[in-house]
Amino acid sequence: MKITDIFKKKSSSDVAKDRLKLVLVSDRASCSPELMQRIRSDIIEVLSKYAEIDMDGIDINFTQMDAEDNTGKTLPALYANIPIKNMNHNVK
Amino acid sequence: MGEVIVVTSGKGGVGKTTTTANLGTGLAKLNKKVVLIDTDIGLRNLDVVMGLENRIVYNLVDVIEGNCKRNQALIKDKKYESLFLLPAAQTKDKTSVTPEQMKKLTDELKEEFDYIILDCPAGIEQGFKNAIAGADRALVVTTPEVSAVRDADRIIGLLEANEIKNPQLIVNRLRPDMIKRGDMMSAEDVVDILAVELIGQVPDDENIVVATNNGEPLVGDNSLAGQAYMNICRRVTGENVPFLDLDSKKGLFSWLRKK
Repeated sequence: MKITDIFKKKSSSDVAKDRLKLVLVSDRASCSPELMQRIRSDIIEVLSKYAEIDMDGIDINFTQMDAEDNTGKTLPALYANIPIKNMNHNVK
Repeated sequence: MGEVIVVTSGKGGVGKTTTTANLGTGLAKLNKKVVLIDTDIGLRNLDVVMGLENRIVYNLVDVIEGNCKRNQALIKDKKYESLFLLPAAQTKDKTSVTPEQMKKLTDELKEEFDYIILDCPAGIEQGFKNAIAGADRALVVTTPEVSAVRDADRIIGLLEANEIKNPQLIVNRLRPDMIKRGDMMSAEDVVDILAVELIGQVPDDENIVVATNNGEPLVGDNSLAGQAYMNICRRVTGENVPFLDLDSKKGLFSWLRKK
């Protein structure tokens, strides 16, 4: 990466590609944004019982994953990156 | 035994009908016996793009309902002896025909023609189901826009769910100048996203509008779009044809040198 690239705005065709890739992942997994939002808030609710979560750093999404049988097929997979600030040790 | 090809896209207005007209005319130029079927019942357009709108007597629904003999409804092209059009009905709707009836019709036509090309309506409802019922092969038309590519992805999924494997992609209305400055996805970008085989890339060419005005498909003429469509026809017949360099701004000399 060149230093000038930092100042360069992303081209609109790259933006289009990135947006398409994301929207197709959820289309192919037949998962609506509303359903995604519910999964997200449920995961957060459960985890919040045990730990303090960094809400700004949460990234939960569907992605594609190569099938384990090496057929070259891809499967939808849930990807979650949830940063934890503090463990909540006094849970009963 | 002929081959049934459906031209489809999901999204409307990406160039299905233009592609169907050029594909049919180009294949007829290659001495194939071709019949085009407009399956867009209620919104027929292939007849005007082909310039055959004044010759319609019977239509697809008449054939299905047995109001006429099949060959009475087939309109012979103005220029090519081996090219025929079966127009859609304009006053009926998509439910006038069932997928089973379409399959029976295309199976019969296979005996007589080399290629049966179906112009599919936009959408994924009854009209789409009718059009794909008897298809052996599908060409998916898209433009390099997010909405059209998204719909193409959905269509590809539906085709595969209906046992029409390995659909091939035509990326239409490409603008090399915009691609160069990063403001349009290239055909490669679209192929990368959809993960299907590319069979054609057609430039955004104003000659297409002129050709449609005149009701004469431009396939095979000197325009870039005309060449691109002819190449698609050759690839459909199994020939291995390299993709055109769509960047016309390079000038005639570099183009000649390439030849």
